[in-house]
Amino acid sequence: MAARPAAARRSADGASAEHPSGDARFKMIDRTLKRFQYQQDALIEVLHTAQESFGYLSEDLMIYVAQQLKLPMSWVYGVATFYHFFTLEPQGEHSCTICMGTACYVKRAAEIVAKLQDEYGIEPGETTPDGKFSVAAARCLGSCGLAPVIVLDGEVMGRLSPDEVLDQVKERLASKKPQSVPA
Amino acid sequence: MPVVTLTVNDELVSGQSGQSLLSLLKELGIEMPTLCHLEGLSDRGGCRLCMVELQGSKRLFAACVTPVQEGMVVYTHTERLNNYRRMILELLFAERNHVCAVCVQNGHCELQTQAAKNGMDSVRYDYLVPDLPMDASHERYVLDHNRCILCTRCVRVCDEIEGAHVWDLMGRGVNSRVIAGLNQPWGDSDSCTKCGKCVQVCPTGALTLRGSTVAEMEKQHDFLKWILTGREKKQWDYS
Amino acid sequence: MNRVELQNMAQAETERQNAFRCRLLCCASTPCLSSGSTAVSEAMKQALTDGNLDAEVEVVATGCMGPCSRGPLVTVKMPGQEDVVYEKVTPEVAKEIVAKHVTQSKPVSENVLPADMPFFVKQKKVVLANSGQIDPERLEDYVARGGYAALAHALREMTPEEVCATLTKSGLRGRGGAGYPTGIKWDLVRKSEGDKKYVVANGDEGDPGAYMDRTMMESDPHRLLEGMAIAGYAVGADQGYLYVRGEYPIAAQRLQRAIRAAERRGLLGSRVLESNFNFRIDVRIGAGAFVCGEETALMASIMGRRGQPVPRPPYPSERGLWGKPTLINNVETYGSIAPIILNGPEWFSGIGTEKSKGTKIFALAGNIDTTGLIEVPMGITLREIVYDIANGIPDGYAFKAAQTGGPSGGCIPSQFLDTPVDYESLGALGSIMGSGGLVVMDERSCMADVAKYFIEFCMDESCGKCVPCRVGTVQMHRLLERITDGSATFEDLETLEELCVLVRDTSLCGLGQNAPNPVISTLRYFREEYEAHIKERRCPAGACEMNRIPVQELNTNSRVYSQNGAQAEPAQA
Repeated sequence: MAARPAAARRSADGASAEHPSGDARFKMIDRTLKRFQYQQDALIEVLHTAQESFGYLSEDLMIYVAQQLKLPMSWVYGVATFYHFFTLEPQGEHSCTICMGTACYVKRAAEIVAKLQDEYGIEPGETTPDGKFSVAAARCLGSCGLAPVIVLDGEVMGRLSPDEVLDQVKERLASKKPQSVPA
Repeated sequence: MPVVTLTVNDELVSGQSGQSLLSLLKELGIEMPTLCHLEGLSDRGGCRLCMVELQGSKRLFAACVTPVQEGMVVYTHTERLNNYRRMILELLFAERNHVCAVCVQNGHCELQTQAAKNGMDSVRYDYLVPDLPMDASHERYVLDHNRCILCTRCVRVCDEIEGAHVWDLMGRGVNSRVIAGLNQPWGDSDSCTKCGKCVQVCPTGALTLRGSTVAEMEKQHDFLKWILTGREKKQWDYS
Repeated sequence: MNRVELQNMAQAETERQNAFRCRLLCCASTPCLSSGSTAVSEAMKQALTDGNLDAEVEVVATGCMGPCSRGPLVTVKMPGQEDVVYEKVTPEVAKEIVAKHVTQSKPVSENVLPADMPFFVKQKKVVLANSGQIDPERLEDYVARGGYAALAHALREMTPEEVCATLTKSGLRGRGGAGYPTGIKWDLVRKSEGDKKYVVANGDEGDPGAYMDRTMMESDPHRLLEGMAIAGYAVGADQGYLYVRGEYPIAAQRLQRAIRAAERRGLLGSRVLESNFNFRIDVRIGAGAFVCGEETALMASIMGRRGQPVPRPPYPSERGLWGKPTLINNVETYGSIAPIILNGPEWFSGIGTEKSKGTKIFALAGNIDTTGLIEVPMGITLREIVYDIANGIPDGYAFKAAQTGGPSGGCIPSQFLDTPVDYESLGALGSIMGSGGLVVMDERSCMADVAKYFIEFCMDESCGKCVPCRVGTVQMHRLLERITDGSATFEDLETLEELCVLVRDTSLCGLGQNAPNPVISTLRYFREEYEAHIKERRCPAGACEMNRIPVQELNTNSRVYSQNGAQAEPAQA
């Protein structure tokens, strides 16, 4: 197979190629791989674990997964980019997810997006150039009773006006670390 | 194989159970517009041009993925179907930057041919004018996303016939794109065998030979039959 | 575990619960958690410890109680007394509940929801019977309320044919939206030839504004597992997959724990309830693709691939997961199975209308007083749901439309408020029952804008496989953008209508075929609103910023299509 030596060569110079490098995060991926007995059908599960462990799917990670599952590179890349959950870019230190479900839309969630865009110049799916802040849009978080709903650094907040959201975001950005792990 | 009887455009015909409706229509000499279908590759039912009406169903069916059935009553060229085909072609022309006049495939392009045959002479929709790159990193071939209609013939021929699976699709919806490897320059792909099958099966000017000039590119698919009968029956058919 | 041991477990748990003088049920579903129910239950526990009441009073974290917008919710259960439900409980109120209600039997009246509230009275809980009543993390609690008795009964007393026949007789129809008769579907898979078969629960609830499945998975996970196991027995499958939407981490976690608990007790796994039936269930987490709610795309996703649908036939009942016969049902459908087996098909078919039997769960959202989750008998009118159960529209605004079925559904205007809610009636109005999202809009919502929202949704979620859905939705979105920004012409409206028909008739899967529904239905009932946008360049609801003008008014000599329109200057600039 032509794809395998290529991948091996690529990863040989990447720090993450051989996970004896000591990066414990690879152990998480290996555990999932073992749990699914290296079945190719487990690709999405493995990518979930990879993203949970590393925060995003880097090229090296996708090569590692493709090698382990013996799948073509383009296959892995195609799956990783089909699903909205997977991100190929590092995420900001802080994140704000705005629910764009029907109930939130009816309650003008778009104005929150616009407010954050005005302030930070980023649209949903983007991260500020300094890597501090990411904005994402979600498809309905199922907390419609609290519409409009946002998730700020993993914390669900409801019924906030655009200005209140901005105040909350500013407060987070002023603090050093996220208070909890992003959802 | 058991024979089934069905009605096509008000004529009684017979076909073999298990065969696709499209293959039967071809045997009958009924010309069906197709773009994603190619004899020798698996069918995916994506372009929707070969849709037919079946009596008793409000739904339309893509002939390439519909098996023939006893008693089926099929209509292939009603006004409604012809109209839909024109609209689908218009949507395709509006989706990317199909500028025939400067295309190397001009005159030999399946999309262009279908437009002409189906009487699509203008596009009523907004041209989406996406900003798409061209990949000229391969020593022999060129990939121009501007001309791609996402039929995935290249993906299928590389996977099913060549067995290399260099190509796949990334993203989804209108942002889907054909990719080599990890969305890398085609020329950097170590798994590509440079066989050129993908280029030959591409219906448009998306995959072409390097150095072709306008209207120069012509493609042939005969190798599919050659390889498949060879592989399956150990017979190489010169016909 | 066998039948007798199951009964013993039920009895022991009932006795354990009855030993408490009072039980405080605290909702731990996502909406209540988001509004602070953890702090509430902590405060209650602390107050109980402070008052030395730990031995007589129990705090239980339960699933959803219904009126989510009034959360955090707490139910006080005392033997021999009616349950009292509290709304908007803060830690302070929680302490007061312990001090007054628990200790002195004096309810804290400001926060009590009246027991005769239409929200509660008009509901009929079948699938959600345990939701808000039991601790979803305790198998014993479920068993004490008759859990796994239906599975035990089916395994011992019924043949697979009888299970399918019972469901057919009950009139149960798929709750995922299409409404295919469940018994017939099960029988098809049962009759399909295959050395291996699969049972799949579709918990990829993608409709924005709908969270029935999540609530069910979070509040009563064992009910779903039991329904799947009965399905496995009926169709001859020994493996089940539970596909949970990625946005629902709590549901996935609870289901995984529930599976482990059931396996430990021999209610799942090998030799279920000491019979010869084996059934394993694995959870698969979705990764964010609405199209995976479509059954063939869902199967592709379970197999780790891009979630692109494939044309049917062959149907999953013949060739599904890994080419084997596969039964796919919605989570809510599986939730209805156990009560039907236990109470009989006649009992179930006694609820509802002639063609739509039983109950349906709806997620109420939008501009209504009480949003939340309800289960109502089929055939109830929209008016009862909007004005009685949801207590109408706040702030004196007028009802404009109810949106059912999410991006695949339509908007129902006020003249049809008295329509009975069932599959056929909603279909006749150009909407669908769908999975159960119901978003109410008042006069401030612009219907063209709402249609644009849904088309944008479908455009983003289109998998890209077939041309009409991939490109048609983009063109429809452009036209709707023009209508809502003031730059559309009547020709645009005509093009939009043509595209609706094309996308509906020629798309490959349900996502594309139903994507035009929100546009078609709003055009049908609110055409004058669209026309006002074009003719008078005015948004009657005041929702759209009409700051552009039609392109040909800028270029009077040549008709230029709107790739230039996007750059057109605002009027009166």
